[in-house]
Amino acid sequence: MPEDTYSEMRQSIINGAPETAAGLAQEALATGVAPLDAINNGYVLGMHDVGEQFARGQMFLPDMMASAEAMRAAMAVLEPELTKLGTERPMAGVVVLGTTKGDIHEIGKILVGTLLTAHGFRVHDLGVDVPGERFATKALEVGADIVGVSALLTTTMRNQKGVIEALEKAGLRSQVKVMVGGAPVSRGWAAEIGADGYAKDAMSAVALARQLMEQKAQAAAKEPA
Amino acid sequence: MRPRFQLLDNALIERIVGEAFQLIEKPGVRVAPYVVELLLGAGIRVEDGVAHIPETVARRALESVPRGFSLYDRSGKPVVRYEGDQVHFDPGSSCLNILDSKTEQARPAQAADLVRLVQVTEMLPQFAAQSTAMVCNDVPPEIGDWYRLLLVLWYSEKPVVTGAFSASSLHTLLELMTIESGGADELRRHPRAIFDVCPSPPLNWSEFASQNMVDLARAGVPAEIVSMPLAGATAPVTLAGSVVQHAAECISGITIHQLAQPGAPIVWGGAPAIFDMRTGRTPMGAIETAMLDVGCAEVGKYFGLPTHAYMVAGDGRLIDAQTEMESGISAALGALAGINMISGAGMLDFLACHSIEKLVIDAEAIASAQRLIEGIEPRGKSLATDMFAVTGLTGDFLKLKETRALFRQEQHFPSAIVDRGLATMDETAPGVLERAQQRVEELLSFYQRHPLAADREQEMIAFAQREGRKAGLDGLPEILRPEYAPEPGLI
Repeated sequence: MPEDTYSEMRQSIINGAPETAAGLAQEALATGVAPLDAINNGYVLGMHDVGEQFARGQMFLPDMMASAEAMRAAMAVLEPELTKLGTERPMAGVVVLGTTKGDIHEIGKILVGTLLTAHGFRVHDLGVDVPGERFATKALEVGADIVGVSALLTTTMRNQKGVIEALEKAGLRSQVKVMVGGAPVSRGWAAEIGADGYAKDAMSAVALARQLMEQKAQAAAKEPA
Repeated sequence: MRPRFQLLDNALIERIVGEAFQLIEKPGVRVAPYVVELLLGAGIRVEDGVAHIPETVARRALESVPRGFSLYDRSGKPVVRYEGDQVHFDPGSSCLNILDSKTEQARPAQAADLVRLVQVTEMLPQFAAQSTAMVCNDVPPEIGDWYRLLLVLWYSEKPVVTGAFSASSLHTLLELMTIESGGADELRRHPRAIFDVCPSPPLNWSEFASQNMVDLARAGVPAEIVSMPLAGATAPVTLAGSVVQHAAECISGITIHQLAQPGAPIVWGGAPAIFDMRTGRTPMGAIETAMLDVGCAEVGKYFGLPTHAYMVAGDGRLIDAQTEMESGISAALGALAGINMISGAGMLDFLACHSIEKLVIDAEAIASAQRLIEGIEPRGKSLATDMFAVTGLTGDFLKLKETRALFRQEQHFPSAIVDRGLATMDETAPGVLERAQQRVEELLSFYQRHPLAADREQEMIAFAQREGRKAGLDGLPEILRPEYAPEPGLI
């Protein structure tokens, strides 16, 4: 596979061009490129560039949404092929996301879900107005590594604590990391309710999720066999 | 001449209104089951929870809205007039955190913080109304809405901008208002409070909001629509497009409200904001947010309706130059736009935090804005020539009787918060935050609570104890009247 094509794949993500990204993926498969190589040498590097440019203030949320959409389009072409080959893209982690009970705002949560997916996490979005028990049930069902709880209102952010309590009640708290976010939420609030982390925006949520996965891996390594 | 700031010309307003009427019919407006029968009865098609409101029905509703109404203080005096270009300010509302004046760190607000804020607001003439400014973290969340209203009613005589946290708790708040007013009829005749009701963007009157609108209309208690399009996220990215969505949410809300009770008082209001494309935050201090507020109010004025906006809030985390620059610009623009009630003073950090010190600084910005809209007035027979006839070219205007007679009308004198050289004659003069802290303490030292009639106070206490016990509240935080405690240790 010529480096030029990887570079075009990378650029298709930066440009937020789903049709180009999918077209390049189809071409790559037709010419016998291993799908995992296309992902790792092309598209993923594009997402990294996007993240860096966003952090520098050179790209904006609509650009990032378009890049995530381009990533999704490329993966829609490549993932069936990965399955056929019996290989899988290394999965960054399983995340259950939702907006807390009593709150129907979801734009922030959708952004987080989109970016986590683009960065290799498997995301189960429960939607809005989600009671704590549903977070716990879904976390158990899908073997979640992380539960992400969003709240936009000062009056509903208290229910983030209810999610943590539901996870405790279901006996899952030691296995599942909890991250919280939303306009009124702060690092202090996260600490107060016993969450494992707080992210101020969607890009930081990706960094936080990776950090939480590392913590999980380290904890698992320390556990006696 | 009253100075005015206008962003939209008539042609653009008519395009905005035209598209808003289109939106409420197609795609329509999501509504709750609570109002479906009401809408069907008016000939509005409702399918799968979406009401398709014809322009003719909406226009009829807009016509039945009172063009003006008053909020009354505790003594029954009308002190806030929602009409025309009347301008009033109140503090921002429902904040969970307060910027601690000692540590300069945000922390969860307590009932004692709300009481301090209410007392300071009571002492500041810049604020025509109080707001239920904070959620008290030392009170069970399920009674948080009525308890903060109780504290405001207890410590203030001014009108109150408030709101319920759920469909059912509205009735508890109304019950409290009824006791305070001396009966439902009196509450209806001389309402002291107005209730904010928020549709969810885009175009969704949730169960809570739909029910509040209908119940307020039927109780005859004023409602204030707080429509919150977020330009680029939950509303079109263009400011004009978001103003269209705001208009559609207000018109559809007014239709529900007026169908429930034609002629019930309601306000065209909102808290629109832009969506920051770098952070996903909603900056209340952004100039485009202020432009949205003004644009939305202009559409309400086009219909001749009372107006409201959320302005004077800044986004810095501390009281600093950014926060106050944003608040000052916003206060001036809101006043120049002639918005009847401008909520938001005292708030910072994207509405996540309240500050009593910021409130007193904002009061100075508001006082300047209030002076601004008084405009430049001709006083006396001539503007200047009569005075020059006395002084000639000596420049000796300080001695003129006109100077002494008119300077108080011409010049606004801010408090010591504004550094005009009074407090900075030596090198150790305090900074603005310290001056604000001193001002807060000064205002609190002059504050005196005026009790309600004894029987009404007793009834309010009995009500609060009864409702509080349901939520496990032991005592009544910050209502320190031991003589009302029927059981030892209850208060």
